[in-house]
Amino acid sequence: MSDAPTADATVAPEVPVTAGTHEHVGADGTRDVANAEAVITARNVHIEYEVDPVAVRAVRGVDLTVYRGEILGLAGESGCGKSTLAYGLNRLLKAPALMTEGEVTFHDRTDGVDTDIDVLALDGDQLRAFRWDKISMVFQGAMNSLNPVIKIRKQLFDVFTTHRPGMTDDAMEERSRELLELVGVDPDRINSYAHELSGGMRQRVMIAMALALEPQLMIMDEPTTALDVVVQRDIIREIMRLREIFGFAVIFITHDLPMLLEISDRVAIMLEGQIVERGTAHQIYTNAQHDYTKKLLSSFPSLTGERGSFVRGGEDL
Amino acid sequence: MRYIARRLVIYAITLWAAISLNFLLPRLLPGNPADIMIAKLSRRGDVSDAQLESIRRLFGNPDASLWQQYLDYWGQLFQGDLGTSVQFYPSSVSSLIGSALPWSIGLVGVATVLSFIIGISLGMFAGWKRGTWVDHIVPSTTLLQSLPYFWVAMVLIYFFARENEWFPRTDGYDIWTFNNTEWSWAFAGSVIYHGILPAITIIISSVGGWLLGMRNMMVSTMGEDYVVTAEAKGLKKGRIMRTYGARNAMLPSIAGIGVSLGFVVSGFVVMEQVFSYPGIGKLMIEGVEGNDYALMQGVFLVITLTVLAAMFITDLVYGLIDPRARQNA
Repeated sequence: MSDAPTADATVAPEVPVTAGTHEHVGADGTRDVANAEAVITARNVHIEYEVDPVAVRAVRGVDLTVYRGEILGLAGESGCGKSTLAYGLNRLLKAPALMTEGEVTFHDRTDGVDTDIDVLALDGDQLRAFRWDKISMVFQGAMNSLNPVIKIRKQLFDVFTTHRPGMTDDAMEERSRELLELVGVDPDRINSYAHELSGGMRQRVMIAMALALEPQLMIMDEPTTALDVVVQRDIIREIMRLREIFGFAVIFITHDLPMLLEISDRVAIMLEGQIVERGTAHQIYTNAQHDYTKKLLSSFPSLTGERGSFVRGGEDL
Repeated sequence: MRYIARRLVIYAITLWAAISLNFLLPRLLPGNPADIMIAKLSRRGDVSDAQLESIRRLFGNPDASLWQQYLDYWGQLFQGDLGTSVQFYPSSVSSLIGSALPWSIGLVGVATVLSFIIGISLGMFAGWKRGTWVDHIVPSTTLLQSLPYFWVAMVLIYFFARENEWFPRTDGYDIWTFNNTEWSWAFAGSVIYHGILPAITIIISSVGGWLLGMRNMMVSTMGEDYVVTAEAKGLKKGRIMRTYGARNAMLPSIAGIGVSLGFVVSGFVVMEQVFSYPGIGKLMIEGVEGNDYALMQGVFLVITLTVLAAMFITDLVYGLIDPRARQNA
């Protein structure tokens, strides 16, 4: 396959996989497509940073489909456009970033009723109502995602007062405590300020907040970057456990490919604004096609310290 | 509570240092108030030895050791005795300050608070609307900042009290209608009417600094992760702007109030002179002109105390609005 990704033709076809079943997927990636339902579809997305002297084309014609309940891993080096793409899906891009082309459709399912939402057509209050209710986000800044001057309670309540106007204070209090308990944080921490929590706890609080409205999709933009490996592991486990309970889909963005291979159903590799390879985690691990993917895989040493052994090292993941 | 206690200790030490300096500095200067008083009296005729002695007694006890004087000074302070004015003999300095202080605190206090609120609000708005036409207006506010107080005051008087006689030129209230200060609506109205131009002077000269500082902090705060999070949460714009943006962006401004107070004090001294406003600033200039040491010393002391008190209040407010300060300070 060509090293320089130019057209979508070079990209492997998208393969839907339902939650937790990647062990059963054939190496060729063929699956029963009818079983899988998409939760969000993005077509031909182009995003540019309109800066002098030439606009930077951060995302160049990306197609992306996320299926209900799956974890889609999005990997790539810094600056490859993976975060920009994720922000674009939720319309969080700010000038000078601009989505110049493409369509994003959210396949909503509320109380058994399916509706397609054209995300790019939303504006004002519609967009506000859409955010967090359908797609919630956990950001990479574990340390700075919480407002330092107001209590955790107020920040959790904010979500409810905005999206569930009818909710009483008691109900909000009860729900907030329940959420904190769910992510393994002492419910009394609701009275704390961000600086009184450790980095891991802050990220757990953020995950609790992301769960608050039981969204159908959660975008996690390097949620464990600022944390040490032990806490990282805890958080990842927590996310996996919660996904089992609530069945939301996850777009998990990271540059930590080994971790991604371990937790994802499907993985997409991004390079210079394009998805150069995609497939099930198993496919990527055992049978990477693109040179860049191979390079990524070989750059992680195994426990025995031998470079490149990660790729062919079998099950010592 | 520990936060307040720690602050109190720091301010107590500062207060002690300020008062001690206030005691020490005039004593290091050449000349003394008794000689000035005696010189004044001699112009009207001979001064007897008894008079000399009583004047010396009146202005303190120069024969005592410095340490003894220091202790006496503290004793007098606790009784509210700041000495006797030469310029306004035989009024006591405390009574002069007592009648001037409310004017200054009222005017400067209200105007500074107003200026802060206006500057912070406009700055919040300008920061929120970053990258639009608003950005072109912001630099012009630094021009206002650079105008001297007295010049602004004179321009205002020229246009709004002389060319158009909309506002009074002098005094803190209508001295022709009211014989003395009194508690009535009419008097309050007169005070506000007389205070408008001086207040506008203070606001014009200080609002730009607040605005610019707040605007820049607001712009950097809007890039913080928690603001992006708030947006992703789908919160209303006003909520994001105030609770997530401005609430954090204003912290440095509030911390900076203490620093800017010195500027305010130096400004209102001149401004009160221009408006003949019966406040501390005018009193101070009169004290300086008349070599009235006791009065100057008293005024300096009161200004120091007021600034310290204002800083203490800002510290308390800061502790209220920034939970991190409560914990670390």
